[in-house]
Amino acid sequence: MPTKVEKDSVTGTETTGHEWDGIKELNTPLPKWWLYIFYASIIWSVIYCIFMPSVPYITGYFGGIWDYSQRATVEEQLAAAHQRQSVFLDRMAGLSPEQVAEDPELLTFALAGGAAAFADNCAPCHALGGAGNPGGYPVLADDDWLWGGTMDDIMVTIRHGIRSDLDTNTRLATMPNFGSDGLLSREQVAAVADYVLSLSGHGDAGAETLAEGAEIFAAQCVSCHGADGTGLHEFGAPNLTDAIWLYGGERSEVIAQVNHPRLGVMPAWEERANGQGLDDTTIRMLTVYVHSLGGGE
Amino acid sequence: MVLEKPVTKGHARLETNTLLMAVVILITVSIGGLVEIVPLFTIDSTIEQVDGVRPYTPLELAGRRIYIREGCYNCHSQMVRPFRDEVERYGHYSIAAESMFDHPFQWGSKRTGPDLARVGGKYSNDWHVAHLIDPRSVVPESIMPPYAFLAERELGYRDIADHLWANSAVGVPYTEEMIAAAYEDLLAQADAEADWSGLEERYGDNVVTGDFDGDPERLTEMDALVAYLQVLGTMVNFSEYSVEDLRQ
Repeated sequence: MPTKVEKDSVTGTETTGHEWDGIKELNTPLPKWWLYIFYASIIWSVIYCIFMPSVPYITGYFGGIWDYSQRATVEEQLAAAHQRQSVFLDRMAGLSPEQVAEDPELLTFALAGGAAAFADNCAPCHALGGAGNPGGYPVLADDDWLWGGTMDDIMVTIRHGIRSDLDTNTRLATMPNFGSDGLLSREQVAAVADYVLSLSGHGDAGAETLAEGAEIFAAQCVSCHGADGTGLHEFGAPNLTDAIWLYGGERSEVIAQVNHPRLGVMPAWEERANGQGLDDTTIRMLTVYVHSLGGGE
Repeated sequence: MVLEKPVTKGHARLETNTLLMAVVILITVSIGGLVEIVPLFTIDSTIEQVDGVRPYTPLELAGRRIYIREGCYNCHSQMVRPFRDEVERYGHYSIAAESMFDHPFQWGSKRTGPDLARVGGKYSNDWHVAHLIDPRSVVPESIMPPYAFLAERELGYRDIADHLWANSAVGVPYTEEMIAAAYEDLLAQADAEADWSGLEERYGDNVVTGDFDGDPERLTEMDALVAYLQVLGTMVNFSEYSVEDLRQ
């Protein structure tokens, strides 16, 4: 290949000297700033390899002079964050949620910590601020409680969950499948549903139906929901005399619930399969937070 | 500059000699290849030695295929990185051992939605079903599309044994017994009334069983997907391991 370096007459730039069919190539050098940054990054990569984990061996690897580990670093950062909070965490140690709530400083800390933990773990079901969701996710901001709204009740529920497979101390109660298991006939299910609706002043059933419903209610329902239908925290049995419904208050929804009850599940938060349950302090902060949402007993 | 030197030297020589060019290209590509391949020889020491990680059950594997089919990985990662904000929100950082039976792994790189590496057991089956049917029914601020059709579609599982076999061909330790029983194991896991002794004998007793989609009459794609979601991140009990144990 003939090589003849010359100056291009149009641009004034030197050519590479290559020529193909009369076409010549300009020799435009890389910009100096680009070239020097390129060299600097090569030098940087060598320095990085010396200080940081870089070269693999047959077993293991060269850890570099600093022997850096992100996994160790995150543990240190978690410990440091815990240390910064320890002024409050230490004071909280051994205190019941009630005692925490009585100390204005600890209360502020617990409400902030509880709100953060609530948003991470509880809000997907119970909604932000404990507003609840239809379909079995109770409102936590009202004063209607299934399993009790005292600090202790709330804490037990958070720790052990409801109908959790993983926790032997979980809150457990089952409502029979009155309709689908044949305990009551279709008419009886409808009558008792009408009676239940009438407890909160709903529905338009006749006196005869209500009397039949009341009879069935007295025979089948009072042991959990109470003679007056106000429910029992002990069994997680809802109060049927208010207008608050876990699975809807339409007649068809009440009938469905008597016929084949939906039984909600809440995970236990103290124990999780991967050993990553909430720690004791977080559970107490959550308790204080949930209790503060509006309806704590 | 090079330009003043005779043509047969330096760069010009490379460009004009095909054999030399081929040899130099080969050397250059080999270096790149070695840097990428050699670290894989040390894979045994890279994967942490922890207990509990097991191959997916047939139902979970079927759910995992739906997860991939629907492109869940486009918005959800399965990789809790070792940063304080992630560990405090999602739980223990992910380790290599947890995805060693994933082909392909679902680490992802996009988080339009939250990370799912530790979602197993965090919410009830009912919640997952309600959320997949209509995400905004439980999370008003969600921008996730609804997947209501999963609850309507029958799960296709007649070829499930072949999927176990294919995974075993790339190194997942499914035994012949597991492959032979894949069909019945899949049915048993999704049946609240079934006898799970065979399933638990083969996969361990931490298998979540029962009717997942709230419709015991049918075995739907919803059943499989929820079964898969409920096992994510639950296999390793991290309270048993310190940071030194997990140091590679």
